Amino acid sequence: MNTMQVSFGEKKDNAAQAEHAVKMSARDVKVFYGDNEALHGINMDILENEVIAFIGPSGCGKSTFLRCLNRMNDTIDTARVTGLVTLDGKDIYDRSLDVVQLRAQVGMVFQKPNPFPKSIFENIAYGPRLHGLVDNKRDLDEVVESSLRRAGLWDEVKDRLEAPGTGLSGGQQQRLCIARAIAVSPEVILMDEPCSALDPIATSIIEELIDELKGSYTIAIVTHNMQQAARVSDKTAFFHLGNLVELNDTREIFTNPQDSRTEDYITGRFG
Amino acid sequence: MTPSDSEQTKTQQPDLMDLAQKRDLMQQRVAASLKRRHASEKRFRLYGMAAVTVALSFVAILFITILSKGLPAFWQATLTLDVYFDPEIIEIDEKPVRQPGESDGAFQQRMLAWQTDLGFVNFNRIILNSLAEVLPEAPRYQRDAMRLVTSGERFGLRQLVEDNPAIVGQTLRLKLLADANVDVWLKGNIDRSLPDSQQQLSARTRAWADELAERGIIRNQFSTALFMNADSRSSLASAGLAGAFMGSLMMMLIVMFLAVPVGVASAIYLEEFAPKNRLTDLIEVNINNLAAVPSIVFGLLGASVFILWFKLPLSAPIVGGLVLSLMTLPTVIIATRSTLKAIPPSIRQAALGIGASKVQSVFHHVLPLAIPGILTGSILGVAQALGEAAPLLLIGMSSFVASVPGSPFDQSTALPVQIYLWQGNELRNFFEARTSAAIIVLLALMISLNALAIWLRRHFETRW
Repeated sequence: MNTMQVSFGEKKDNAAQAEHAVKMSARDVKVFYGDNEALHGINMDILENEVIAFIGPSGCGKSTFLRCLNRMNDTIDTARVTGLVTLDGKDIYDRSLDVVQLRAQVGMVFQKPNPFPKSIFENIAYGPRLHGLVDNKRDLDEVVESSLRRAGLWDEVKDRLEAPGTGLSGGQQQRLCIARAIAVSPEVILMDEPCSALDPIATSIIEELIDELKGSYTIAIVTHNMQQAARVSDKTAFFHLGNLVELNDTREIFTNPQDSRTEDYITGRFG
Repeated sequence: MTPSDSEQTKTQQPDLMDLAQKRDLMQQRVAASLKRRHASEKRFRLYGMAAVTVALSFVAILFITILSKGLPAFWQATLTLDVYFDPEIIEIDEKPVRQPGESDGAFQQRMLAWQTDLGFVNFNRIILNSLAEVLPEAPRYQRDAMRLVTSGERFGLRQLVEDNPAIVGQTLRLKLLADANVDVWLKGNIDRSLPDSQQQLSARTRAWADELAERGIIRNQFSTALFMNADSRSSLASAGLAGAFMGSLMMMLIVMFLAVPVGVASAIYLEEFAPKNRLTDLIEVNINNLAAVPSIVFGLLGASVFILWFKLPLSAPIVGGLVLSLMTLPTVIIATRSTLKAIPPSIRQAALGIGASKVQSVFHHVLPLAIPGILTGSILGVAQALGEAAPLLLIGMSSFVASVPGSPFDQSTALPVQIYLWQGNELRNFFEARTSAAIIVLLALMISLNALAIWLRRHFETRW
């Protein structure tokens, strides 16, 4: 297995902290699948209201790291996470913290659109109802409408809220999933290759949406598409073989990569 | 053109030729192999069609034989007679009526005494008198005459009087079931040319049966005896399935309310919540093994645990239900688990990602999607239990039970066991049809259960 252990994270972050507060941070995060170490000590700060993109070749650990941020790795029996991950300075792996509450704060959008096989309305209403965020039907209607509006889906579905969410097109389904995540008012939204199953037009709509959302949310997005990373993100983190190779402003990464591996990857020499 | 150039073209030209030739050759080979492939495809299709045809024809043969044998049993030789409830024969007091201030015990005692009196009444005499109306010779050959009517009918008459004593002194036109042997004789299920010594009925009874049939007094009529009565050995013509049906129904209810919830709950736990370790692996292997255990072994288990240890009654539906539940559990667990496995993980992730707890994600999202599969698996499990006879033999349910069970603790038998019992009855000529009729009832139940399973699956199916 890979024995390289490189971490550039810390050095780069200090400069950026001047602008935004640190929303989430990771210190020496390692993930094991059984005996296999998939992530080798990641250090990273994610700043408030910025979009950070994770790029890297397949199997580099970018999705694994993303899933550490809302403890989705807990659902994999063999997965084990060490190190420190904090949200607003609080350890999210602390025993006293309820994972349900964490996931209400750190929402997630998955690679494949996965609306519930229920109506569009029920898809959005599920989260607020689950967490008791609304007291009556009117509040719920409001939350559903505003979430759908923010996801840019309202005009397309307002007349058929009772239609099944699975009947929408792929791009609409993914925006429905984003609206569903927004409906519980999270602070951070994690997106795991949200456009990989979508056509170019749907992709560009989602990208515009991400741009609009970053004013209110902190967004971490995993992507295979380097143009997408360049278009939507403020920061880009390049992962390779379970290491965070480079983390910098997106412009810097794409124009002036510090590490030869980053350069090789973004110029298409591997990956 | 330089020499080198011309050389090049020379060497190229044959190459091109070569390539064209090669391609031709390849095309020929492909064409040749194509022929072979098409032939094998055709052959395979023919095999498939032949297999389906053979299977279908066997099913058709099965259904045709069972229906052609069994359906006639629903119509039985029946005598239509004017029955005079002669007050001289039925010498009983007025039916006791509860006096004001009378205690429960006292009233019941008087009632019992009255019923005992009624029990002493010779209802055979009444039947004989009615027969005498149509067959003047009947009183002289009492034995031969009484063989015409099945012996259970006198209890039917007694019941009529007990229910409504006012009919004493009246004449009622009643339908009385003919004896099983009369039915056999009239339906031609016995060789009419056999000598007297080999006939079940005397020559006189046979002649009378023919005569009454000709006069329209004995007719082949639809009989509810098969559905309303319990099994009988003294009055074969009125032997019915009611007891076995009730027994089977009770056992099915027990299986439904025991095996299905327990099985579904264990499957949900094992699939969704249990940690994956050696212990759960061992449990899984054991469940799969249990599903393959011959059902008769579960009967042995039931006999030793429920009857010998828990002291539950022999031949009781409660024990049968417990045994069948044990047998059905692995089926339900396996069906439920495979259904749960088939639910896409994206649904679980979506629920968890939004902050649902594990239990919420399972009960709000996974389970509703799994319901059609769970229902189908459970119903098929129950249907399998319904058709099972082997384990019931070992817990005493193969005994002859002449009453309809009122509770799961009463003695009873079950439909498949009843089929087995009737199949072994000595009066083959009569019971062959009755056995097939019982099979028809069982098959009808099975088919309706399976249809229900299909309907439920269609009804609850959700796409994702």
